[in-house]
Amino acid sequence: MPSDYFPVFVFLLIAVGFPVMIIALSSIVGPRKPSPEKLMPYECGVDPIGSARKRLSVKFYIVAMLFVVFDIEAIFLYPWAVIFKDLGVFGVVEMGLFIVILFVGLIYAWKKGVLEWE
Amino acid sequence: MIPLSYYLVLSAILFTIGVVGVLVRRNAIMIFMAIELMLNAVNLSFVAIGKHLDSLDGQVFVFFVMAVAAAEVAVGLAIIVNLSRNKETINVDEINIMKW
Amino acid sequence: MDLVIPKIDALSLCPELVLSITAMLVLLVTVYLPKGRKDPAAYVGLLGIFIALMSLTLLWGKPRYAFNNMIMVDNFSIFFNMVILVTAALSILMSITYLKEEGMSHGEFYALILFSAVGMMFMTAGANLITIFLGLETMSISLYVLAGFLRDSNRSNESALKYLLLGAFSSAFLLYGIAFIYGATGTTDLKGISEFLSRATYMKDPMLLAGMGLLLVGFGFKIATVPFHMWTPDVYEGAPTSVTAFMSVGVKAAVFAAFVRVFSHALWDLQPDWNQLLWILAVLTMTLGNVIAIAQTNIKRMLAYSSIAHAGYIMMGMIASNELGTSSILFYMLAYAFTNLGAFGVVILFGRKGEGNLDIEDYSGMGFKYPVLGLLMAVFLFSLAGIPPTAGFVGKFYIFSAAVKAGYIWLAIIGVMNSLVSVYYYLRVTVMMYMKDPVKDLEGLHWSPSMIVALIIAVAGTLLIGIFPSPYLDLAKQSVLHLM
Repeated sequence: MPSDYFPVFVFLLIAVGFPVMIIALSSIVGPRKPSPEKLMPYECGVDPIGSARKRLSVKFYIVAMLFVVFDIEAIFLYPWAVIFKDLGVFGVVEMGLFIVILFVGLIYAWKKGVLEWE
Repeated sequence: MIPLSYYLVLSAILFTIGVVGVLVRRNAIMIFMAIELMLNAVNLSFVAIGKHLDSLDGQVFVFFVMAVAAAEVAVGLAIIVNLSRNKETINVDEINIMKW
Repeated sequence: MDLVIPKIDALSLCPELVLSITAMLVLLVTVYLPKGRKDPAAYVGLLGIFIALMSLTLLWGKPRYAFNNMIMVDNFSIFFNMVILVTAALSILMSITYLKEEGMSHGEFYALILFSAVGMMFMTAGANLITIFLGLETMSISLYVLAGFLRDSNRSNESALKYLLLGAFSSAFLLYGIAFIYGATGTTDLKGISEFLSRATYMKDPMLLAGMGLLLVGFGFKIATVPFHMWTPDVYEGAPTSVTAFMSVGVKAAVFAAFVRVFSHALWDLQPDWNQLLWILAVLTMTLGNVIAIAQTNIKRMLAYSSIAHAGYIMMGMIASNELGTSSILFYMLAYAFTNLGAFGVVILFGRKGEGNLDIEDYSGMGFKYPVLGLLMAVFLFSLAGIPPTAGFVGKFYIFSAAVKAGYIWLAIIGVMNSLVSVYYYLRVTVMMYMKDPVKDLEGLHWSPSMIVALIIAVAGTLLIGIFPSPYLDLAKQSVLHLM
């Protein structure tokens, strides 16, 4: 019985061994010549201004999160948009329900004052 | 035509990098990113298998996984932000009021 | 490609739909309520749960697939859904005053409990790995927030972070397992998987075996089996107590339902492979849970380890994998729900704002100071320990006899030994309550009506099932009859 798991073991060995090998190789073989330019944080090629550790208002975070959630939900709209003609009324109703649920979330966020930026 | 096994091995490698990241990294956000890497490794498997089997289930599954991952990120980052406000750290070794 | 529009069978989803709509309603109601007066949100939630429970009874006895085989509405899922709904209702009842005391009375709490319950119900009814995964995530994401609900408390934050990181980590394993199963069998449909496996001549496909192993890890994390249990004590200790109560019962019920459906049915032909693994896991889980529980000083932490041990007992029912085994899982879950919720209810009532009165030491002398509360706690602890005439005893009795009947004599013996060990730490609390003098001032216990209702339901359930078990056992047996 345990011999049945041999292929799994080989698979595991490759999966673990390969990343370890790459990481080890890059640290052994890779040349290391640090210079001020190389150590500088990359900001689209422009010299960085100020510290990257500056604190930002948490408001950015909330807006960003709202964006992420609603943006990702849009992926369900794409397959629907491709075939919505074939789906007919059924598709419209289903997508309507989906949008209503998202809308409840939006109303909640709105009422909680997330969308206000005073 | 690239055989299925190439995709599966690549996906396994990505998944393992994710697992190692979770176990080695000490910054909560880094751990979180490693988990996202694991999820995306699985997505790669799903798409590759779906294409191989000529079935759509795999791709549909990926949609759901992406949506779920977005929700998880929103909640997870909220928890991490809240923690850093209270404790001024997101190093998981310092988050230890209760013994592990 | 042919486009199949699924038949919309809203009736079979009625309980889930009612609960989802209620949850959204609660969310909308709560923003219009004045600050600090969020009780109506809880009552709306309770009403929704009640309607969902009623509609659930209408579906009893008419097993059917719905939504293109995505959902399976059978007695098995209905039984588990009833346990989940009762758990949600009791948790809400226990939370109303608790949240006020902690200064965190927000309506979102109830909405999250309901959303989480919806996720659990989809897990129990899932006939496709997609549905099971989505249910699991709906449940888990709501619970991550609930665990960190006391957002000014460092413990609650820490609990939420640990739950989030390890929960998401385990979900990734579960998902990878699903991907492998999909690759090996070509479908994510549970019936399709079992049909594929019964036709297959070659069962040693490495992809299939790896998929099964990863699924086992994923489910194991969620129900807290050793060695995937590390998160449980910390999360249970730090989370708000009413959330701990909800998690310890609801998550176990939902995940065990999905676990049984996937392993005992879809992957039935691999039974020789997973049975040995489960045997080892069950023994480790029971033993470690009980032994470490002895050393605990915090009551929530002790109950966390005890819940790990109980997961081990329940796994015995899965290993037995006969009809009696499966029905004993259902029965045990029902008994465990009332008992554990009751015990946590007493802990909530006795606790103070912040981290007050959570040490086992604090319970000394409580039995004389508050005779009713002491008696209730004693009943719940007896039931957890499995002493007659309580529900816990009958539950353990059926699980152990199922194991013996299936020929797992040693497993049953280990189980009985473990329950003897567990008697020690449960009785230690009782001894503290009745035989020690109070170490500190036990003042200011206030019984709120909602908490009284919750405790009465819990104690009535515990004793009723313990004294007259046969109707409930019949119910559990009927529930596995049509299992597809």
